[in-house]
Amino acid sequence: MNESDAPVDSGLEEFDELLILSNLETRRKFIKQVAGTSAAITIGPALLSAADATATSQIASPSKSNSDSISMTLKINGKDYTVDLDPRTTLLDALRERLHLTGSKKGCDHGQCGACTVLVNGRRINSCLTLAVMHEGDEITTIEGIANGDELHPMQTAFIEHDGFQCGYCTPGQICSAVALLKENHANSDDEIREFMSGNLCRCGAYPNILAAIKDAKTKST
Amino acid sequence: MNPFAYSRASDPTQAVAEAVKPRAKFLGGGTNLIDLMKMGVETPANLIDINKLPLAQIEDRKSQGVRIGALVRNSDLAEHELIKSGYPVLSEALLSGASPQLRNMATVGGNLLQRTRCYYFYDPAFPQCNKRNPGSGCGAIEGYNRIHAILGQSDQCIAIHPSDMCIAMAALDAVVRVQGSKGEREIPFADFHRLPGNTPNIETNLQQDELITAVDLPIIPFATRSHYLKVRDRASYAFALVSVAAILDLDQSKKVKAVRVALGGVAHKPWRASKAEESLVGKTADEKTFRAAAEAELAAAKGYKHNSFKIELAKRAIVRALTTVAAMA
Ligand SMILES: Cc1cc2nc3c(=O)[nH]c(=O)nc-3n(C[C@H](O)[C@H](O)[C@H](O)COP(=O)(O)OP(=O)(O)OC[C@H]3O[C@@H](n4cnc5c(N)ncnc54)[C@H](O)[C@@H]3O)c2cc1C
Ligand code: SF4
Ligand code: FES
Ligand code: FES
Repeated sequence: MNESDAPVDSGLEEFDELLILSNLETRRKFIKQVAGTSAAITIGPALLSAADATATSQIASPSKSNSDSISMTLKINGKDYTVDLDPRTTLLDALRERLHLTGSKKGCDHGQCGACTVLVNGRRINSCLTLAVMHEGDEITTIEGIANGDELHPMQTAFIEHDGFQCGYCTPGQICSAVALLKENHANSDDEIREFMSGNLCRCGAYPNILAAIKDAKTKST
Repeated sequence: MNPFAYSRASDPTQAVAEAVKPRAKFLGGGTNLIDLMKMGVETPANLIDINKLPLAQIEDRKSQGVRIGALVRNSDLAEHELIKSGYPVLSEALLSGASPQLRNMATVGGNLLQRTRCYYFYDPAFPQCNKRNPGSGCGAIEGYNRIHAILGQSDQCIAIHPSDMCIAMAALDAVVRVQGSKGEREIPFADFHRLPGNTPNIETNLQQDELITAVDLPIIPFATRSHYLKVRDRASYAFALVSVAAILDLDQSKKVKAVRVALGGVAHKPWRASKAEESLVGKTADEKTFRAAAEAELAAAKGYKHNSFKIELAKRAIVRALTTVAAMA
């Protein structure tokens, strides 16, 4: 994990996880505000401008007044967001720190774990190794946009039914990745699913249940 | 990450014109460049996003082979019918690399220019690295060098090129097409990457203002009989310790008519095993022949404290890969 981001994520992230599958919007907002405040307290201005780590709109981010920031519109889960971003901002940081879409997780920040997996024009990518500015005009789908309104995506249902997680940190990435996998037609055997899900690590070792969930979702979708 | 000016090129000529700016870099999939920028290893002042350039086609040029646009994503190349049927070694090499997500991002041009995973290079906290900081020394030669080179290295640098795709392309005699301010040119694959010598910081023969536009694969009818063997610490999502791209043409009596072998994980550039190839032609395709070829290729190999195992590993991998291809119908 990028050390400049650690204060934002640490501890509070666990609460966030508990809320992933339920709908406690108020608690979520509350936690985000706390997260934002603590970020502002713990991180100095120098780090803020580099990582653009402010999480709430109440706190002025120095980078917003940075003359080098670029105004861009990102289409996420069908909705347009217009933001000013330092061009250094990765898609993951834009989602999490600026647009408050904290479903996508930061595990390694170096393309090695898959926690940040999102869909861009229907294809899965690691949002930590791509700049937000590279995605103007693209259709971005995050875990927040996978469900159809209140109706969970069959892959989400399958993960719940098969207990495809423990702590849940890798889960948004696993689910986005698995949704793309089924479209890629690479889920034809257990070994093939394992190989084509190898970009998503799970420190809790929920792999057998993740495999079962994907197989189940595949059966139900065909 | 250092600040940079971002621009988006809409045609190759414009991209090339931008590239003469100070410390300019093209941005492909970003999977290596952005990673290295986060580490503080790459510090471009001008970043030219080339993702919107019209270079994402795979073109069937019939008798002239296949032209692969520089922006074709690794996953699309691996899954393309022309590649799967005509050049399976390339498809296998691509699918053995990185993860599905990374392959969806990584471009052919970026893969060619991805930089070494030498730990001392990747982390500026290490003071010594001639590649990152010429003249500072090499941290790996006396340090931890398990993943390092056994062929073609110098006393300045023992890093390896980490690509899988490039090993297959080296075996396939691919040609890299580039466009610069002085026009277009073609670079045979063997001349594209360089050995470290005294300038490990200069990794290819590409000029600063040159954009890779495509990679051409020649027609090699017998490339349908080909295989990529990757040996690594994990079964998946790991760089090669040693890898072998093998293409083999046998006659009726199982004698070797033609053969191409390239090695990965062993050198600063994709290593074409020409000594092994020479020793194979005309001989009966059996284990003894393959072992002799492997011995010939690795005769000049030199190991270091932690990577000497790669010498025997490379020999066995050559034998295994050739045996697999020889057994193909
Ligand atoms: C966790 C992880 C695991 C990986 N595992 C493997 C593996 O097992 N095997 C493997 O082979 N690779 C592996 N990779 C590396 C991956 O294949 C490369 O990062 C990728 O191919 C680079 O392509 P890109 O388009 O993202 O390049 P970028 O990061 O965009 O660019 C890389 C370099 O190429 C230059 N460049 C890009 N396009 C052009 C062009 N058209 N003309 C001129 N210059 C250009 C850029 O300026 C930059 O210097 C791994 C990467 C990660 C992060
Ligand atoms: S092997 Fe090359 S890249 Fe690694 S430390 Fe030595 S000089 Fe640097
Ligand atoms: S955060 Fe680990 S791959 Fe992006
Ligand atoms: S459920 Fe904990 S990391 Fe996967």
